[in-house]
Amino acid sequence: MQPLTWVYDASFPPVTHAFRMLALSEVRKSYVEPDGTQLPILDVPQLSVAAGEQVVLRGRSGCGKTTLLNCIAGLTTVDAGKIEINGRDVVKLPEAVRDRFRARYIGFVFQTFNLLPAFSALENVLLGMTFTDQRADPQRAAELLKTVGLGHRLTHKPRALSVGEQQRVAVARALANKPVLLLADEPTANIDPAHQQQVIDLLRDACRQENVAMLLVTHADEVANQFDRIEYLEQVNRAAGVA
Amino acid sequence: MSFWKIAWRSIEQRALASSLTGLSMALGVALIILVLVIHNVFVAQLSNDAQGYELIVGGGQGSRFEVVLTSVFHIGKPLYPFPYSFYKKFVGDGEFAPYVEAAVPICLGDSYQTDDNHSFRVIGTRPEMFTAIPYGLDDDGHELNYQFSAGRNFKVENFYEAVLGSVAANRTGLKVGEHFQPTHGISAGDTKHDGFEVVGILAPTGTSTDRGIFVNMEGFYLGEGHAMPAKEGADDAAASPPPGEPSESEGNGPRPLPESQREVTSILVRCNPDLPTAAMFIEGRVNKGEDRVAQAVAPRNVVRQIQDSFLDPVRVVLLVLTVLIVVVAGISVLVSIYNSMSERSHDIAVMRALGASRAAVMGVILVESILLSLLGAAAGMLLGHAVLAVAAPIVENYTGITVRPWDFTWQELLLAPGLVAFASLVGLLPAMTAYRTDVAKTLGGAR
Repeated sequence: MQPLTWVYDASFPPVTHAFRMLALSEVRKSYVEPDGTQLPILDVPQLSVAAGEQVVLRGRSGCGKTTLLNCIAGLTTVDAGKIEINGRDVVKLPEAVRDRFRARYIGFVFQTFNLLPAFSALENVLLGMTFTDQRADPQRAAELLKTVGLGHRLTHKPRALSVGEQQRVAVARALANKPVLLLADEPTANIDPAHQQQVIDLLRDACRQENVAMLLVTHADEVANQFDRIEYLEQVNRAAGVA
Repeated sequence: MSFWKIAWRSIEQRALASSLTGLSMALGVALIILVLVIHNVFVAQLSNDAQGYELIVGGGQGSRFEVVLTSVFHIGKPLYPFPYSFYKKFVGDGEFAPYVEAAVPICLGDSYQTDDNHSFRVIGTRPEMFTAIPYGLDDDGHELNYQFSAGRNFKVENFYEAVLGSVAANRTGLKVGEHFQPTHGISAGDTKHDGFEVVGILAPTGTSTDRGIFVNMEGFYLGEGHAMPAKEGADDAAASPPPGEPSESEGNGPRPLPESQREVTSILVRCNPDLPTAAMFIEGRVNKGEDRVAQAVAPRNVVRQIQDSFLDPVRVVLLVLTVLIVVVAGISVLVSIYNSMSERSHDIAVMRALGASRAAVMGVILVESILLSLLGAAAGMLLGHAVLAVAAPIVENYTGITVRPWDFTWQELLLAPGLVAFASLVGLLPAMTAYRTDVAKTLGGAR
């Protein structure tokens, strides 16, 4: 893998002040059970991540970690509360605007990588650039892949890549639009221990160098212990014990 | 990355299903192309066959359609003929001669059977058939005159000479210098006449002339059963040809049939171009009276009627059928994409997670539907014209109908926007499914 020499331009990031890049306030989310009763999933009075800060989010299965990430990313709507990213309350944004906002400012790394099988590694990264207002930049996509050590795998389809390589493509895709916030949902859960550290190093170095705030969900102690700040969802989520 | 590329990748991903769907669309479009081209060929053929003359004068007992069908297209039983004296009104010092540039008599009733029992009409006529009347117009509106691919036109003084149309020559195998015996009547088994010598073969014209065997009318009259009984006191002098032609009785050959015993089935009349109302005048005069012996018909009007009455409704029916085929093909596009939606919901959810709006994923599916339909349509156009290209020489050889396989009709241009609209319509249902995809659920993170 090459040393991390990121290719962001000088104008990045559009941070207005050294502040909480992500700030949640009184966020509530519940699901409706088949019998019509409301099942509270999230009740988060306060949670914030500063610009460039790297935070691990932990919690037992089913306590709402993934739902929280989905709410932050705008993939799931909340019932109440405020989710500010880079100073904008994404809850109030109309859906189409929220989609563009997500494409432009939020990077997402999934547990199962979620690469599209029909597309090459390069095209998967380009796909991450497709839905912003900016023009997709193949040169930048190729450089990102070189940076994560896949310069020789640009045209390979996901099925031709190892699990570790697939996750590295996913990391490159998440960073393609120079996000201000990177959400990672158990990014090492499906990777063998030998490659887990590589992916974690990759994510941390990339975010550190570009001042990208990161909220990473993990069950792995060896991963969590590398971070200065660990939040336990059972503590920040008042609904964690209900579900 | 454009929506086109994303859609194309999806089509590639499901190559077999996409190919089969595209093939069904291609077959539908190919059928539409075939219907359109074949109809246009028929219309052009009808129009071509009736060019070069303004009127046909035929027997008074039949209908206008019968006059045209028997005289122009050589179809059906010939009408009862009229006396030769009526024909003489159109030539020399005749009543209608000033209004006529050329009048070519036609005598029908004989045929020639090939070894494979294919029957060709034998038409008794004069050499002017191939010199005084053009067979059509070129693209610039210039008249096209008959050309001989072999031999020459028959001569009026050589009673037993014949000229063959290109298809008749191909199918009968008769060559210049060879002889053949026409059969009396239009079906096999009747009496055989004296032999005629083939002296010329016409170059293809793309008209019904290609299917005809043209013999000297003088020889035709001398065939058994062709002469009217001689009337008592009638002038039994040999027929005198129109001015400018040598007398056929000068030599030692057979004597021509007396005019009083001659009949004519029809006359092709090319009117005097200096008299714009000539056709109307002749038509009015010939058709006057209830006991008329002949009738004058403007073939173009009849051809237009045939087209309006028969061909256009047939085309509409065929087009409706082929459009239904395309609709079925369109539904197969719908089913193919819709069935793939469950396996693709994950991909759609990933795109949504990457920032694609609902409208964007809907657009990708619509583009895929349009792309699949257009590719199928393009393949169908190619297939349709390729089939025509293969069939054209065979059709021309057997029927004389010229098919230009790579000529595109204006209706085909409507196919592209029509299919885009149609594909958008059939793509709407799967596109709506994509629109409604629940990203969080699909990516497996409900809680």
